[in-house]
Amino acid sequence: MRPELRRRSAQALALLAACWAQAASAHVQQAEAAGLLTGLLHPVSGFDHVLAMVAVGLWGAQLGMPAIWVLPVAFPLVMAMGGMLGFLGVPIPGIEVGIAASAVVLGAAVAFELRPPLVVAALVVGCFAIFHGHAHGTELPPGQSALLYSLGFVIATGSLHALGIGIGTVHSRPGGRQLLRAAGAAISAGCAFFMWRALA
Amino acid sequence: MRSRTLTLLALLGLALACGPAEAHLNATGMGPVYDGLMHFLTSPEDLVPALALALLAGLRGAPYGRRAMFTLPAAWLLGSLAGLMAATASAGPLAAAFWFVLLGGLVVADAKLSLRSMTLLGALLGLVHGYLNGSGMGLSAAAVVAALGLAAAVFVLVVLVAALVVPLRAQWARITVRVGGSWIAASGLLMIGWSVRGV
Repeated sequence: MRPELRRRSAQALALLAACWAQAASAHVQQAEAAGLLTGLLHPVSGFDHVLAMVAVGLWGAQLGMPAIWVLPVAFPLVMAMGGMLGFLGVPIPGIEVGIAASAVVLGAAVAFELRPPLVVAALVVGCFAIFHGHAHGTELPPGQSALLYSLGFVIATGSLHALGIGIGTVHSRPGGRQLLRAAGAAISAGCAFFMWRALA
Repeated sequence: MRSRTLTLLALLGLALACGPAEAHLNATGMGPVYDGLMHFLTSPEDLVPALALALLAGLRGAPYGRRAMFTLPAAWLLGSLAGLMAATASAGPLAAAFWFVLLGGLVVADAKLSLRSMTLLGALLGLVHGYLNGSGMGLSAAAVVAALGLAAAVFVLVVLVAALVVPLRAQWARITVRVGGSWIAASGLLMIGWSVRGV
């Protein structure tokens, strides 16, 4: 396909998206808009969530292909299963501890440049994803669209992974490897505080 | 000079002879087209599965994209028309969740479907969702026109999305599409949970 045609297709899609102008629903009483917004904001509502999501992306970038995309794919899928457990009222003990631990462990993995087999890395990420999903799943505000809430927090989670991957690509630059390890150490140390607070 | 004068006079004559603008859709009867179009664009239960199929078709290549761009809207239109004549049906969120998981999963896996399988998938998706859309509208002339608008919106979406994905050759670009599929599948799993919970 010629680049010009691709560019025009992209422009047409952007125009179509612009025409998909819904009511701004600036007032949070509008349930539909609030469901999407709530979902988008939920993963960023807690610093421990944010750091853990970014750490997944950092670790994936550090491990390189195929982990760089396998980990960000595995996480939302397993997170969704955790969310289902949350909806169904299946209790999982120590959710907050698990969430904090995820950032500690993943940050440490980046800091120490741990390179387990892909399956092991995916399992580690998947185990922690259960905790995150369970936390999201139990917190749908009443009256809001479950579908839009789900789309919102999946998109936000994936975007945080992408942010981590983007930051993680510094490891291929001079000095970037050390910088990445320092970032992992900072995440791990920072979330050790959250874990201490959860355990206290 | 003379031709320009004649042109200006002709334009003046047209400007003076203008008819009613018919800006309000109820005068043109075209309102339901936009109703159908906007229903599709503002219903994630319908939009996201169609988007996923377009992504899948795009990943498989141009022949698949061409097949999907006609199969899906045509099936959707047929399904809508069939639904218009049926009693109100509601599959709840489970039908959409099924398509989210199935199509999202196929996109993640970059499944090497045959053209026949892709055609069948598009036809089934269009028929099911079209039927659900149509059964919620009730039989009327406006509803038939709305079904046309809905099918047109499906067509445009598939064309644009598949056209953007087909030429992607860079590995990172195709992986990005597959990651998008994982988001769709994950949302579908969550919808199943919501359905069981009764939300």
